[in-house]
Amino acid sequence: MRYRVRDVIAASVFVVVAASAAPVAQAQVDRSKPPVLGPPPALHIPPVVIRELANGLKLMIVERHNLPVADFVLVIPSGATANPADRAGTADLVANMLTEGTTTRSALQIADQTAYLGISLFSSSGWDATTIRLSTPTAQLDSALALFADVALRPSFPANEFARVKQARLTALLQLKDRGPAIASLVYPTLLYGKDNPYGRSAVGTDVSVSAMTATDLSTFYHSHFVPDDATLIAVGDVTPAEVEQKVSALFSRWARENVPKVNVGAGLPAPATTIYLIDKPGAAQSSFRIGSVGVARSTPDYFPIEVMNTALGGSFTSRLNQVLREDKGYTYGASSRFDMRKYGGIFIASAEIVSAKSDSALVDFMKQLNAIRDTIPTTELNKTERYLQLELPSGFETTGEIAMRLSDVALYGLPLDYYNHVVDAIGAVTQSEAQRVAEKYIDPSHLTILIVGDRKTIEGPIKALNIGPVVFRDASGNPIQ
Amino acid sequence: MVGSRLSARWLLSAGAAATVALAATTGAQSIPRIPFEKYTLPNGLEVILHQDHTTPMIAVDTWYHVGSGDEKPGHTGFAHLFEHLMFMGSEHVPTGQFDQLLEAAGANNNGSTTEDRTNYYETMPSNALPLALYLDSDRMGFLLPALDSAKVDLQRNVVKNERRQRVDNVPYGKSDETILAALYPKGHPYSWPVIGSMADLSAATLADVKNFFRTYYAPNNATLVIAGDFNVDSAKALVKHYLGDIPRGPQIPPRPSPVPVVIPRDTFLVLQDRVQLPRVYYTWPSVKNFAHDDAALNVLASVLADGKNSRLYKRLVYDMQIAQDVSAYQNGERLAGYFQIIVTPRKGIAPARIDSLVRAELVKLQKDGITSRELARVQNSTRSDFLRSLATDLGKAELLNQYNYFVGDPDYVQRDAARYDAVTRADVQRVARMYLGKPKVVLTVVPDGMTALMVKGGGR
Repeated sequence: MRYRVRDVIAASVFVVVAASAAPVAQAQVDRSKPPVLGPPPALHIPPVVIRELANGLKLMIVERHNLPVADFVLVIPSGATANPADRAGTADLVANMLTEGTTTRSALQIADQTAYLGISLFSSSGWDATTIRLSTPTAQLDSALALFADVALRPSFPANEFARVKQARLTALLQLKDRGPAIASLVYPTLLYGKDNPYGRSAVGTDVSVSAMTATDLSTFYHSHFVPDDATLIAVGDVTPAEVEQKVSALFSRWARENVPKVNVGAGLPAPATTIYLIDKPGAAQSSFRIGSVGVARSTPDYFPIEVMNTALGGSFTSRLNQVLREDKGYTYGASSRFDMRKYGGIFIASAEIVSAKSDSALVDFMKQLNAIRDTIPTTELNKTERYLQLELPSGFETTGEIAMRLSDVALYGLPLDYYNHVVDAIGAVTQSEAQRVAEKYIDPSHLTILIVGDRKTIEGPIKALNIGPVVFRDASGNPIQ
Repeated sequence: MVGSRLSARWLLSAGAAATVALAATTGAQSIPRIPFEKYTLPNGLEVILHQDHTTPMIAVDTWYHVGSGDEKPGHTGFAHLFEHLMFMGSEHVPTGQFDQLLEAAGANNNGSTTEDRTNYYETMPSNALPLALYLDSDRMGFLLPALDSAKVDLQRNVVKNERRQRVDNVPYGKSDETILAALYPKGHPYSWPVIGSMADLSAATLADVKNFFRTYYAPNNATLVIAGDFNVDSAKALVKHYLGDIPRGPQIPPRPSPVPVVIPRDTFLVLQDRVQLPRVYYTWPSVKNFAHDDAALNVLASVLADGKNSRLYKRLVYDMQIAQDVSAYQNGERLAGYFQIIVTPRKGIAPARIDSLVRAELVKLQKDGITSRELARVQNSTRSDFLRSLATDLGKAELLNQYNYFVGDPDYVQRDAARYDAVTRADVQRVARMYLGKPKVVLTVVPDGMTALMVKGGGR
């Protein structure tokens, strides 16, 4: 059933087009095989205009005039990895607090103006970066940018607002224990990196770290990390480079340079022989599976072979994990895998929510697939996978928000400006042996860290009986149980 | 709405796409039309074409006018289970090939089921349109020869896992179905959840599935929207080529038209769950989507619970800090609608205390109305949401389908936006009195064993 999309326009399509001009000549429908498609459209990556202010702030501007809207993203390359060791959650709470008051606006005024202008303005923090995002109709551009600059440059971290935000965070951490998948996602990085590494500490904080946090902690973090030197402001939409540069200069040029403290992220923990960690979630209808190991940073030279290999393993609907665990066995609503590549490291993780009674069977299938991907990927499967990655690329450039997100990756990971123009070729260059090489290198079934959060009463016996590795119990915070 | 298929890639991109709500202006920004051409094939299939050459992509979006509201008691979850089977291959497309072929062409696809309709869509590079129409036509015209009980059993298990993932293994997950059963009279098409019950899913047979297909899956019960980068003449020829010879089906059974729901008196329910905090749900019968007061009720919901300055959020979450979150919705469907307020008290706060404050805020709004600033905030934000809903081919295809089905005219986005501009302060006060002054269903979800925490009323 293979067919080649790059074939020249198929005769059958010509027949159809001709038939439209002469309706009587309606062609008989040949349903015996799928139509041969014409050549895919050329990938057109919108050109990026680069500017730099005197204080070092870089601007990336893309024009897109189909709707009277614009998106702005300020990328600050400091996130959870920059948190003090005893203050997990700092960067995330800093991001939260940016819209809770500035030297000129109260929290309620910021919320009022945001809604009144009909804009969206929010900030968030990840492992390696904090971003502030604005989406605005161009009719409100000046007011929106003024508000955007205010929360970015003049947050005041009011003590009373932080007291409220802190209680909300502590409550959210409490509620997280209601959800097995949330427990799994929170605990898993700690198993790979350990609590001595920033990638092993909770990015959203813990009861202890958040309780100890003060508004001064946040203000200190903000003032040492929110500086223009390494920051990038991305603008995409119904704007011109000249007007963006003029407006941004007026608002951001007095932002003072300062040295950013260097982040120090060590390697992950040495991988032990495959071990199963079990967290009891009494009565859970499904078991939350997280299976993987320490992975690679975004800067890896193996990026494209890994993307291709992982897409075949668990990165699309027809990938092996989803095909087997969902479409063949019906154990789950969906299974997937990914390489979460960060600035200073990363993780490989395969995951699924599995009906409790099939937890053992599913684990056997996971292990089978993680072994099998280390064999040569058949040509047809490799071609399908590469085609998918190449041809769906334009769909990530449809909206101003999507384009801005793509560019924030370029800014954060220091990718070349013409990076996306070379992606199609780079994917096409991945060979069977390259895909196999990275599978063998990065997926080692004898050194996997397996976390299952589920109903211990139902799953403990069957999982132990598989003899895949030692079974170790942890509590809902990931701590050892005596 | 119950989405059918959770592809890994979909999940990954969701983070990046989750950028933002949208933008609009304080009154000045007009909402553009979505230009389109609509026609009907001799077999009854409605076709709507909308061109947009911004990106070299196309969205194909087919709505079948059947949903869980067409199910019968004892057969709940059936429309959605059926949706899953539409991806399992058809007479000329072997099992698995539907997704394989689309992925190899760089296309993504999915579907979803609501009370009123089931949709199936593909987004693709613009050269792949013939493939999408080939696959969609084969499952419209030739599904049954390839259908067997093994496929039904397999997808039954997948759907049961979907239910576990969305309902059974989710805190507060059973609140919706508990409320629907109390809000609507027995047998009302909206009295059961779209996902259905485990027992009914277990009972579905191959014969049921075939009968459902023969009843509802025909060109005369569907609308095909193509939006994006294509040539109109070629697209029309392709549509005719692939879909023109699929025979018209029998007359579609009339949709139920239940009488408006009236609750004689407040109903108080309690549900125990494995949760850390209780949660209170207030639900009033309201109006259908696009009905006269639908927009004013949507505005009321935002005035109550959107943003720090909204009435309930400001009082309970911001000022008093006795609630973790609050939300409010007007949920209008094709046959009926309801208005809902949800509050989660902080640890140690009695739901009864929350209850008296919610009631006091509602009385205040009913008595004094809202300010012009409150109204302007909601209207301006809503206008921005409309603008941004026009940013993707699929978004526009969904709007065209939605307006075509629910108001009978695809050319409606500007009038839809105008509904919100026309809402007055007096309208919001009036609907708050009219609908929120009537009896309601109050559900308290409590941590296991703590039924004493339930809200029991005490007068309105």
